[in-house]
Amino acid sequence: MPLLELRDVRRAFRSPDGNDQLIVDVPSFEVDAGQQVAIAGTSGSGKTTFLNIIAGLLAPTSGEVVWDGEVVSSLGEAKRDAWRARELGYVFQTFNLLGGYTALENVTLGMMFGPGPDREFATSLLERLGLADRLGHRPAQLSIGQQQRVALARALANRPRLVLADEPTGNLDPRFALEALGLLRELCREQGAALICVSHDPRVLDDFGDPVDFAALNRAMAQEPQGS
Amino acid sequence: MRSLFFIVARSLRQHLLSTIITVISAGLASGLVMSVFTVSEQSRTAFTGGDIGYDAVLGAKGSQLQLVLNTVFHLETSPGNIPWSLYQEVKGRGDVRYAIPYALGDNLYGYRIVGTTREIFDVFEFQNGEKFRFQGDGQPFDEGFQEAVLGSVVAEKLGLKRGDTFRPYHGLQYMPGSAPHQELYKITGVLKPTNTANDGVIWIPIEGIFRMDGHKLAGGTEEVERGASIPDEWKEVSAVMLKYSSPIRGKFMQDEIRRGDSATLAWPIASVLGTFFLKIGWITKVLLYVAYLVVVVAGFGLLASIYNTMNERRREFAILRALGARKQTVFSAIVLEASSIALLGSLVGYAVYGGVLLGSAMIIREQTGVVLDVTSIHPSLLWTPLGMVVVGALAGVIPAIKAYSTDVARTLA
Repeated sequence: MPLLELRDVRRAFRSPDGNDQLIVDVPSFEVDAGQQVAIAGTSGSGKTTFLNIIAGLLAPTSGEVVWDGEVVSSLGEAKRDAWRARELGYVFQTFNLLGGYTALENVTLGMMFGPGPDREFATSLLERLGLADRLGHRPAQLSIGQQQRVALARALANRPRLVLADEPTGNLDPRFALEALGLLRELCREQGAALICVSHDPRVLDDFGDPVDFAALNRAMAQEPQGS
Repeated sequence: MRSLFFIVARSLRQHLLSTIITVISAGLASGLVMSVFTVSEQSRTAFTGGDIGYDAVLGAKGSQLQLVLNTVFHLETSPGNIPWSLYQEVKGRGDVRYAIPYALGDNLYGYRIVGTTREIFDVFEFQNGEKFRFQGDGQPFDEGFQEAVLGSVVAEKLGLKRGDTFRPYHGLQYMPGSAPHQELYKITGVLKPTNTANDGVIWIPIEGIFRMDGHKLAGGTEEVERGASIPDEWKEVSAVMLKYSSPIRGKFMQDEIRRGDSATLAWPIASVLGTFFLKIGWITKVLLYVAYLVVVVAGFGLLASIYNTMNERRREFAILRALGARKQTVFSAIVLEASSIALLGSLVGYAVYGGVLLGSAMIIREQTGVVLDVTSIHPSLLWTPLGMVVVGALAGVIPAIKAYSTDVARTLA
């Protein structure tokens, strides 16, 4: 049984002219436990919407998101929130760290909604990512690369079974991009977490070797130009 | 729950300046409400509830309230004089334990000089069982000499002590530049503080008032020659302080006095003052309405303070949601944050309350000699902070609804 399965998932948005515009139309998509998948797609192709549907941040207009045999897309919002906190880690393109929190607090905060704060584990993650002397720093006091590593630590802090990474190297200097990606993949492997990484960065896609073409996956892209 | 407090604590820290300003604003509002309740209640109790040592005041025809304010609190002017014969008549009654004359006309730098008899030191009780006591080796005045006894506040404020001398000024108000009377008074003693209006009074023999240079007796027609004896029919007093063998005797005397047309008996004194506070109760109400309005303004300030940060914080809430925070968690965090600000404000409010209460107590003591019980606990000290927290929570609801309805995917896009 796959860890994650999408069955005929569609998501449409109401456009300003009042018509429904189909953004995502994925007939089938599966990820096994521990599998690492790269999805290649251009900007505005609906990749972020696709990830948000998987994460339960957006409900599909139709279709099902199945997690470990259970349909999670039809769960109530509160149960989906709890599921997300427990099972998923999310690395955003813009990191989305909380400005008023230190690096360590950013990591432990996510744990509070999941299994509970484990300061020791959060610290060890940040140390592993080379931030031992930056635990008490706020995002504004960190470099872009350091912020990215805090975001990685936060995504992995709850020991999730699936990590979603949305253009994880998009804001990074090319020198650090592959290093960050390597760390993410390595940590996922260590924790046994599956990884879905969407990107249009050829270096990222090359690193994975055999990326999934989002244009082929998403039938909505064949119909008309889309926005994400 | 732990995450909730964590989020609130960080948010308060992140918006420290607006938090401090809003806390101070809530503190002022809360402190104002507690102060108005306590000061008004304490004032009423202090002015109407205390034992003042006598049951009634006999004075010229006029307002009972004026008589009481004039004699008990040494405020206001006297409504006029009553003849010496009336004083002697009531003094001789079997149902009167003591009758002490009270004659006005002069001041020392604004402090009232009262002419009376030695009974004020020998039998008068300013509170139940409490007679005036002297500081150090002070003595009562001798009625045959130009001697004076000072209340503790007068001595302290004017820097006078036993053995010093002074010349009285005419009238109840001190007029800078005016010439004093010729008579020189020697201070024989300073009284220990009584925490009553009596601390602001200078007591001299009543003969001194009659004989003061420029004073006219017998309805303002006769002036006493130096060394001459004073006919009783010339003498007048502003009031007589009466203590009955039983307080209810005042009722009988009041009926008798009412049948005549030359005097007024203020009895019972607490009732006269109670009526007065009832009449001026609207002032307290207005002050309370103002205080409530300040609370509402503080509530809106709190709302505005949080609401104004909502745009910048919407992304923060979306991130929290993406990390697994439930909608209810985000909603509760905002309401808890607003309540926490109100609670902190209430703590500041206690400091404001303490300051206002001490300030008011000092001013009231300064002006009237009456001492408020600053240690007394009014119920408003409990329910005002609670009410403030409720106002805070309500102020947080609108921003909380906004946070609750944040579209996570769109905000993070």
